[in-house]
Amino acid sequence: MVNLFEILTRRNSGTIAKKRLQFLLISDRAGCTPEILEMIKDDMIKAISKYMEIDTNGLEIKITQVEDEDVSERLAILYASIPIRVLLTKGTYL
Amino acid sequence: MSEVIVITSGKGGVGKTTTSANVGTGLAMLGEKVVLIDTDIGLRNLDVVMGLENRIVYNLVDVVEGNCRMKQALIKDKRYPNLFLLPSAQTRDKSSVSPGQMKKLVDDLREDFDYVLLDCPAGIEQGFKNAIAGADRAFVVTTPEVSAIRDADRIVGLLEANEITKAELIVNRIRMDMVRRGDMMSIEDVTDILGIPILGAIPDDEEIVISTNQGEPLVGMNSFAGQAYLNICKRVLGQEVPLMDLERNKGFLTRVAGLLKRA
Repeated sequence: MVNLFEILTRRNSGTIAKKRLQFLLISDRAGCTPEILEMIKDDMIKAISKYMEIDTNGLEIKITQVEDEDVSERLAILYASIPIRVLLTKGTYL
Repeated sequence: MSEVIVITSGKGGVGKTTTSANVGTGLAMLGEKVVLIDTDIGLRNLDVVMGLENRIVYNLVDVVEGNCRMKQALIKDKRYPNLFLLPSAQTRDKSSVSPGQMKKLVDDLREDFDYVLLDCPAGIEQGFKNAIAGADRAFVVTTPEVSAIRDADRIVGLLEANEITKAELIVNRIRMDMVRRGDMMSIEDVTDILGIPILGAIPDDEEIVISTNQGEPLVGMNSFAGQAYLNICKRVLGQEVPLMDLERNKGFLTRVAGLLKRA
């Protein structure tokens, strides 16, 4: 069973290569290394933590690309998904 | 009108020198007057691939430093009298020449040749900057691998930044049997990612190793790589040549199946 799974996944290594490359090139082209991304992440945690309690483990940050129809070229977008645990400001409104 | 073309890749070992030798020889075969310049100072190789290593007296650095005249440094090819090689220096380093000096050297050669081909060293440092300094057009060589394509993408960006807008792709060492079973990126995958026009694809062919061993470029010879390189040369001259059917080396059973389908 394990062997069959291995064979099936190995068969698509070309697709795997293409996907890896596409992700790699997005950050390469934006001139943004994984280290810089990690620093941005830390700063965001610090900034947002002043106002709300967030789930730092569930925080996800990445650079993706979208086609811009107006200029018909690819634009890089910084995408962050930050799960909120508790809104710290809540108490003040009670 | 003469054209100066740089053959570059970023990553080493993907076939820049082999491509330079074969495209240069092919263009000469088709009647053009060609000079090949090895710009890899300190690691010269193009002379060996061309089989001209025993004829070197002067080199590129000698010309730049004025130790000899251009004519003294140019080596005439064994087979084609309209093909010349300007070898690189083996005992110097990249800083021996500046981009400005390279541009002047290349512009001098424009006067006498239809095509000036520059074999670029690997990397993106001084050697690369020297090689692209005088170029009108670039051939970006890559293999269908993540690392080579990543480096090629960087090169495409740097060429753009240096205002070399005419950049075309050569995908080297493609194995159609692996592409068919999904274990290698296809030519379309590679062009899709890099976003520059494709000039040609060279199949992975043992004949390349043999031709390099012998020091005789195989362009035009009866092998897949030989034909693929000749097709590239024809496209350079503006002829419309469709991408070669690299599937010709299918196994016996596939061929029989193909015949049955056609019948």
